[in-house]
Amino acid sequence: MKRMLLLGDEAIAQGALDAGLSGVYAYPGTPSTEITEYIQRSKDARERGVHSDWSANEKTAMEAALGMSYAGKRAMACMKHVGLNVAADGFVNAGITGANGGLLVLVADDPSMHSSQNEQDSRYYGKFALVPVIEPSNQQETYLAASYGFDLSEKYGTPVMIRITTRLAHSRAGVELTEQKAENELRLPSDKRQFVLLPSIARRNYQTLLGKQAAFEEESENSPFNSYTDGEDRSLGIIACGIAHNYLMENFPEGCPHPVLKIGQYPVSRNMVQRLLDSCERVLILEEGAPFLEEQLRGLMDKPYNILGRLDGTVPRAGELNPNIVAKSLGSDIEMGEPKADIVKPRPPELCPGCPHIDSYNALNEALKDLEPGRVFSDIGCYTLGALAPFNSINSCVDMGASITMAKGAADAGLFPSVAVIGDSTFTHSGMTGLLDAVIENSPITVMIVDNETTGMTGGQASSARGRLEDICAGIGVPREHIKVVEPLKKNHEMNVATIKEELDYRGVSVIIERRECIQTLKISKKLAKEAKKQ
Amino acid sequence: MKRDIILAGVGGQGILTIATIIGYAAVQRGLKLKQAEVHGMSQRGGDVQSHLRISDAPIHSDLIPEGRADLIIAIEPMESLRYTSYLAPDGWLITNKKPFVNIPDYPDHETVWERVEALPRSILIDGDTIARKVASARSMNIVILGAASPFLQIAPEDLENAISTIFSRKGEAVVEQNLAAFRAGRQFAEEKNLAATS
Repeated sequence: MKRMLLLGDEAIAQGALDAGLSGVYAYPGTPSTEITEYIQRSKDARERGVHSDWSANEKTAMEAALGMSYAGKRAMACMKHVGLNVAADGFVNAGITGANGGLLVLVADDPSMHSSQNEQDSRYYGKFALVPVIEPSNQQETYLAASYGFDLSEKYGTPVMIRITTRLAHSRAGVELTEQKAENELRLPSDKRQFVLLPSIARRNYQTLLGKQAAFEEESENSPFNSYTDGEDRSLGIIACGIAHNYLMENFPEGCPHPVLKIGQYPVSRNMVQRLLDSCERVLILEEGAPFLEEQLRGLMDKPYNILGRLDGTVPRAGELNPNIVAKSLGSDIEMGEPKADIVKPRPPELCPGCPHIDSYNALNEALKDLEPGRVFSDIGCYTLGALAPFNSINSCVDMGASITMAKGAADAGLFPSVAVIGDSTFTHSGMTGLLDAVIENSPITVMIVDNETTGMTGGQASSARGRLEDICAGIGVPREHIKVVEPLKKNHEMNVATIKEELDYRGVSVIIERRECIQTLKISKKLAKEAKKQ
Repeated sequence: MKRDIILAGVGGQGILTIATIIGYAAVQRGLKLKQAEVHGMSQRGGDVQSHLRISDAPIHSDLIPEGRADLIIAIEPMESLRYTSYLAPDGWLITNKKPFVNIPDYPDHETVWERVEALPRSILIDGDTIARKVASARSMNIVILGAASPFLQIAPEDLENAISTIFSRKGEAVVEQNLAAFRAGRQFAEEKNLAATS
C-alpha cells in the first residue's frame, strides 16, 4: 500500500478523497485551512471534478455541504472551532434533518489559542447537536476517520463531526493509504419532506434522532477509535481522549502499567467508562481542550468516584497538553534543560515590511490624532496586529464582522466619530449584514475596508470580495459619494489622511476602501510571472 | 536510534527547509518521523519552532518533551536560547550567529553570543558569511544544517542526496551551491568539535 508523509490536515483531505468525497466546502481558518488547500492542489480531485472552491463563510459552507449530502453525494465542511459558531445554525439543524449522502463536519480546535481568540471545545457542539464525534489521535487515524465517518453518516443518516486540534492538524507523519472508493451517484432522499423542518416534521425528526442515541453509543463501544487496555497497577486508571493518548504513551515507552481507556469516538460508551471506574481506585482524565468528559463523569453534585483532571487542578484548567504536563499530572519527575535565559525577549508577530496595512494605520492614526483615543473597532485578520506597537490603532477584535456592528452600537450610544476597520475577506464573510443595519439607520460610522485583495492571515487564499467591494457597498445602500477608494502608500499619506478626515466628519455611513495587494501574495505572483517568462 | 530536534527561527526565515531535508533523508532510510510545525499568525515575523522527531521505534507524541531534545538547530541566536529547557543533558545547540532584530528590546549581541558559547555543547556559526563565500547568501540555512549534521546520526551522503533531490527542481547550479554550503557547515562543526574534545 502507498505511504505518504502528511500533515493531520492533509491526512483528512486524502482520506476524504479516497472515501469518495464529491465536495469540500470551507472558509480559511487556522488550523483547518490546509485541508481544503490540499484538495485544491490534488490532481485526482481536479480530474474527478471534486468541488473545492472557498465559500464566503462557514455557514454557507456548512449549508452547501448539507445540500450536496441531500443530493446523495459525500460532502465535507471544514472550519476552525470559532467557525463552527458561524455555522452553528446549519450544523445543529443538520442534526435534525439528518444526512442523505455521507456528511462530515471537520472542526479544528485551537487549544492554547495559537491563532485564535478563544479555545472552545467543539465536542460540546457535537453533544449539543446529538451527533457522533470522532476524535483521532494521530495522522493515520485521521486518514481513516474520513472513510469511517462517511460510512457511519450514511448508515444512520446523520452528520458526523470529526474533531482535531492544532497539534495534529499541523504535524506531519507517515500515513498508509487504503483503497479508493468510488463517489456516490446522485440520489435524492426517499422522503421528500425529510429536510423540511416545519415544526410538525422537526418534532418527528427529533424523535428519530433521539432514538438513534443508544445506537450511537453502541457504535462507540465497538469503534476502532476507542480501546481499553488493562494494566496491573489499578491504583490509577487513565482516560485519554484523542491526542492526549500520545502524550500519555510518551511517558511510558515500555507500556503503561495502569489500565487505559483511549477515547476517540463519542457519545462515550458508558460500559467502557464503568469498567475503568469499577476496577481502579482513582481515574485521571486527560483531554485536549475543555474538561468535557470530566464534567460529565463528575456530574453536578455527587462524588461517587475519585476523579482527577482539569477541574481539581491535577491538569491545568486551560491550554493544550504536552508530554511534560501529562508527566506532572502522573506525578513523574521531569529533568528539564537549562531554563530560558532572561535575556530572551518575546518576539510577537508583526505586519510584514511593505504591508499595505502599515500605511493605512499611519493615515488613520494621524486623522484621529486630535480626538480622544478608543474609537476604532476592528476585526479578525493580519490587521488585528494594528493593536500592538507601534500602531496602537485599534480597540477591539471579537469575532468575524464585529467591527462594523460594534462601531454602530457605539455610535448609537453617542460616540462620534466611530470607526470600523475590517479586511476585504472578513467583510464578505460577515461584515455585509452589519453594514446593512448601519445603512438602514443611517448610523454615523466610518468603515475602513483594508482591501489587500486576499485572505491574508491564513496564507493568501482567494477573497470573495475581490473586484466587488464598491458594488456591494453601493448595493447595500451606502451613497456612492461616500464610498472612497484610496491606495495606502507612503507617497499618498497626506491625501489619504484628508480623505479619512472628510469621511469622519460625515454624519452617516461612509466606506473608505484602502486597496493595495498583500505584499506576500504580490511576491508569489511576481515569482510565478518570472518563472512563466523563463519557460 | 532516536533523534529529537527543535528547529528554531523567526517566521519567514525558512526553518522548514532544514526539516524537509532531514525528514527526507530519514524516511529514505526507513525511519519513522513526526514533525510539528507552526502555521498561522506566528509566521508573521514572530518566533517559530518546529519539533522534528526521528526514530526506528514508534513515535507517540508530536511534541518533544522538555529536557529530551538531542539537538536545537537555530538560524537566529536569541531564538536558539528560547528553547534551552528542551535540551537533554548531552544535547547540542547549533545556531547561526547573525541576529534578526525586529523588536525594540533585542538584547546586546555580544551577550547573546556569550550565552550560546557558555553552554556545554554548542556551536555558534556565522552561516551568512560562510554561505556568501562558498555559495550564495540564500544558502545560509543549509550551512547551519551542515554544521548540525555530525550530530544527526544520519550519514552525510544521505543528507546530500536529500539536498540534491529537494533542490533538483531549481537546477544543477542551485544543487551544487547548496551541497557546497552543506559541506562548509559540516567542516566548520567538525573542526570546532575536534577542538572542543581534544
